Amino acid sequence: MKFAYYPGCVAKGGAPELYKSVNACLGPLGIEVEELHGAACTGAGVLTERNPELADTLNARTFAMAERLGLPILTICSTCTGTMYASHERLKDDAYRARINEHLADEGLEYRGTTEIYHLMWILVEKIGLDKVRSLVKRPLNGLRIAPFYGCYIVRPSRLVDPEHQKRDTYLEQIIAHLGADAVDYSGKTKCCGFPITTMNRRNALKLTGRNIAEAKDQGADLMVTPCPLCHLNLDGQQIDAARVIGRSLDVPILHLPQLLGLAFGLSPEELGLRHHIVTPRTVLQKFLAGAAV
Amino acid sequence: MKVTLRVKRYDPERDRSPRWQEYTVEVEDYATVLDALIKVREEIDESLALRCSCRSHICGSCAMRINQKGGLACKTKLAEVAGDGGTVVVEPAGNLPVVKDLVVDLVPFFDKVRAVDPYLQPAGPPPEREYIASNEDMENVKGAMACILCGACVSDCTVLEVDPDFLGPAALAKAWRFVADPRDAADEERLGALSERNGIWDCTHCFMCVEVCPKDVKPMERILDLRRRAMEAGFKNNNGSRHSDAFVETIRESGRLDETKVAIRSTSGLGELLSWSGVGLRSFLHGKVPLSHKPIPGAEHVRKIFDKLETKAGEAQ
Repeated sequence: MKFAYYPGCVAKGGAPELYKSVNACLGPLGIEVEELHGAACTGAGVLTERNPELADTLNARTFAMAERLGLPILTICSTCTGTMYASHERLKDDAYRARINEHLADEGLEYRGTTEIYHLMWILVEKIGLDKVRSLVKRPLNGLRIAPFYGCYIVRPSRLVDPEHQKRDTYLEQIIAHLGADAVDYSGKTKCCGFPITTMNRRNALKLTGRNIAEAKDQGADLMVTPCPLCHLNLDGQQIDAARVIGRSLDVPILHLPQLLGLAFGLSPEELGLRHHIVTPRTVLQKFLAGAAV
Repeated sequence: MKVTLRVKRYDPERDRSPRWQEYTVEVEDYATVLDALIKVREEIDESLALRCSCRSHICGSCAMRINQKGGLACKTKLAEVAGDGGTVVVEPAGNLPVVKDLVVDLVPFFDKVRAVDPYLQPAGPPPEREYIASNEDMENVKGAMACILCGACVSDCTVLEVDPDFLGPAALAKAWRFVADPRDAADEERLGALSERNGIWDCTHCFMCVEVCPKDVKPMERILDLRRRAMEAGFKNNNGSRHSDAFVETIRESGRLDETKVAIRSTSGLGELLSWSGVGLRSFLHGKVPLSHKPIPGAEHVRKIFDKLETKAGEAQ
C-alpha cells in the first residue's frame, strides 16, 4: 500500500514527535510512502477565510503532485485533512479547476481531479482493517483508559468529511479497543481544543483546552489520543496554562495517534519521540505497561 | 415502531438539579422526535414542558439537543436517531438558561441578535419607489436569510460554552446578512463593531454551527467572510488580523508555516509576547522549537502564486 505522504507543517515543526512516530509505524503497518517535499501548507483554514482561491491553488498544487505520482495522499493532521477536503470538493467543478490550473501552469503542473486523500486514522480502519491492526499488537494496552480527541476538521462538516456515512467519528474508539485499551466516552471528544483562537482570545482558548481535558480526566482517562497535531499543541503544549486558567490540576498526557499505535506495536519511546511531550506520559505508561522502559 | 425517549427534565421550582426520565411510546415509522414528545405529553405525562408550533421546520420553536446534537425536534426522524426499539436522548438546547424541561429562555439569544442592529440602514433619502438590488446579490444574501432564529447553532457553539459574552453564530450570521446586503450602507460601522472583542475573531472555526443548522445557513462561513471584509475595510488593529497577515506572510516566504514567527507577529506588543514566554521556554526545552525554518523545495513557485493572488498581504508588509 503506497501513498504520497503529506506530513504538514506542524509535524515538521512544533511536533517533531509526530513525524518520528509516523515513520516508526509505517513499516509495521506495511505502508510505503513517497513524501511530497515540495508541497505547501494547506492554509489550515486561515488562508481559506482570507482568500479561498489562493488556498485552493496551493492545495490543487499538492493534489497535482500526488496525481503525477499516481498515488493517494496520506495525511496525519485533522486540520490539513479537512482543509484539503474542502478544496478538493470545490475543485470538482471543472470550470473552477481549469481557472485554478492556470495558476499552476508556470510550474508545469495540472490537477485533473483524480487525487484521493486519506488521514492515517481512516487508512487504519478502511484500508488496512482493524483485525490486521490488532494482529500487529505486541504489547496490548490492557487496562489503559484512553480518551479520544478528534479535532474539528476531521469530523465536521460530516457531509464533507464522512460523505459515505462510515461513522468516521467513531474510528478512534474502535482503534483504541483493537489495541487492547478502553475508550473513555465524554462529550468533549469532538469539540474544539481552542487552538484556532489561541492568539486572538487566549483565555477562551485555554478554557476550551482545560475543559476538554478535565472532562476526559473526570471520566477516568489515563491518557488522551489525537489525530491532530494542532490540537496537540494546545492539549499538551498549553496544558499547564489551561490548568491555571480553569483552576484545577490536569496532568493528562496527550499522545498522537501513531504514538499510541507504536506503543502497542512494541516500539521504543525513543522511536516515538516521547521525550518531546510537555506533559510526560512516563508515569502513566510505566504504571500500565509493565516491563516497558519508558 | 417502539421508541424510548430519555428526557432531561428540570423544574426550577421543584428540582434542585436536572433529572432523567424515560418514556416509551409506540409511533409510526415516519414519526419525528417532536411527534413522540407530543404523544408523551398528551398520553403519558402532561407535566412535560416543550415549545413547538408549526411542526414543519419553519417557526424554529422546537430546537433542542437530540443525542447530544442541536436540531429541530420536528425535523428529526426517530428512525434516523433511534430506530425500532431504540433510545433517543433529548435535552434542552445548550448555552441558554432552562426555564423548564425542554424550554429555554431565548432572551439572551435575542439580545445578541438585537446587538448587531438587525435592520437595513440605507444611505440618503429613500428612493421614490423601491430599493433596487441585483438578483445575484440577493441570491448571495438568501442563504443567511433562511435563518429561522431557532438557536440550534447557539446551543452547540463551543465558544459560548466558555464565554457567554461571545455574540455567537446566530447574531453574527444575522450581521453578515446586512453587511452582504447591497442596500445597506452601514458596513463600516458594522465591521468595526464586529472586529471588537466578543465578535468575529472569537469564533474557533469548529464547524459546530454549520453541522447543526437545520436551514443550512452555515453561520461559521458567514463569520469567516466577515473577517475577510473587516480586514479589507482596514479594521486590522487586532490579533486576528495580525495572525492572518503573519500566517500568509510565512507561507509566502517559505511555502510552509513558521509557527514561531506567526506566534510572535500575532501578538499586540511586548507585554503580550512576554505572557507567552512560559510556553515558549517549555517548548524549546522539549525540542519543539525548530532552530531553523527551511523553505520547501520550489518555494519560489509558491511565492509567484501568492504574488498573483494575494496583493493584500504584500501591501501589509
